[in-house]
Amino acid sequence: MKYGILVNEGPYQHQASDTAYQFAKAALDKGHEVFRVFFYHDGVNNGTRFGVPPQDDRNITTRWTEMAEQHGVDMVICIAAAQRRGLLDEGEAKRQGKDGDNIAPGFRISGLGQLIEAGIQCDRLVVFGD
Amino acid sequence: MSEPWEEEGPGTIKKFMYVNRKAPYGTIYALESLEVVLIAAAFEQDVSMVFLDDGVYQLKKGQETQGIGMKNFSPTYRALEGYDVEKLYVEAESLAERGLSEDDLLVPVEVMGREALTELMEEQDVILSF
Repeated sequence: MKYGILVNEGPYQHQASDTAYQFAKAALDKGHEVFRVFFYHDGVNNGTRFGVPPQDDRNITTRWTEMAEQHGVDMVICIAAAQRRGLLDEGEAKRQGKDGDNIAPGFRISGLGQLIEAGIQCDRLVVFGD
Repeated sequence: MSEPWEEEGPGTIKKFMYVNRKAPYGTIYALESLEVVLIAAAFEQDVSMVFLDDGVYQLKKGQETQGIGMKNFSPTYRALEGYDVEKLYVEAESLAERGLSEDDLLVPVEVMGREALTELMEEQDVILSF
């Protein structure tokens, strides 16, 4: 099965991003394909590399990065939602005149079209959030 | 330069349903859901929108947001027709539970009972719930 995953909630404040990760991991472990994880609403905050959780807690962003690197999962952050919430990649930081970028490795910023494309191409698009 | 989804070529048309369950203000879900629908219109899929639970308030006539300092985005729902988004369904029970009727809504919709809506959802390929 080819899965697309939509994460609509931020890390640490809501179970949705943890559950989305567990779901994606379980799917990959079972030999399914995860075509893309798309981060929208506060879900974009899953992809900031500036998060520093306490050492005895999970690092949600690092977990996603590792999944992207190990399994080649495409991790896409919605640009419109990201801009509102202060998430920028290098190119966007330059364009907007900001003095830094904060996207974690393995993530990329793109448009909502990537979400619709996932809906068209995947066998299932699974939504995590309220 | 062609967009990534254009490489797929014509052919795949899926039934996309956007389910709106949240009040228009207070959270950003309604506004960001509308942004998805407007982008998605470019993909020429079979699109429908459902409004249920507090989501029915998104279509309430006479929204006045000055007092809360927010942009009133409700006129956008009237523009959906121009994007060929014409199938709007409102759940009858959600309307009734909130003391509203079809006359309170700012666009023409099809009011549908919970059970019929369930059947409609069964027919969809992709359901995005916001």
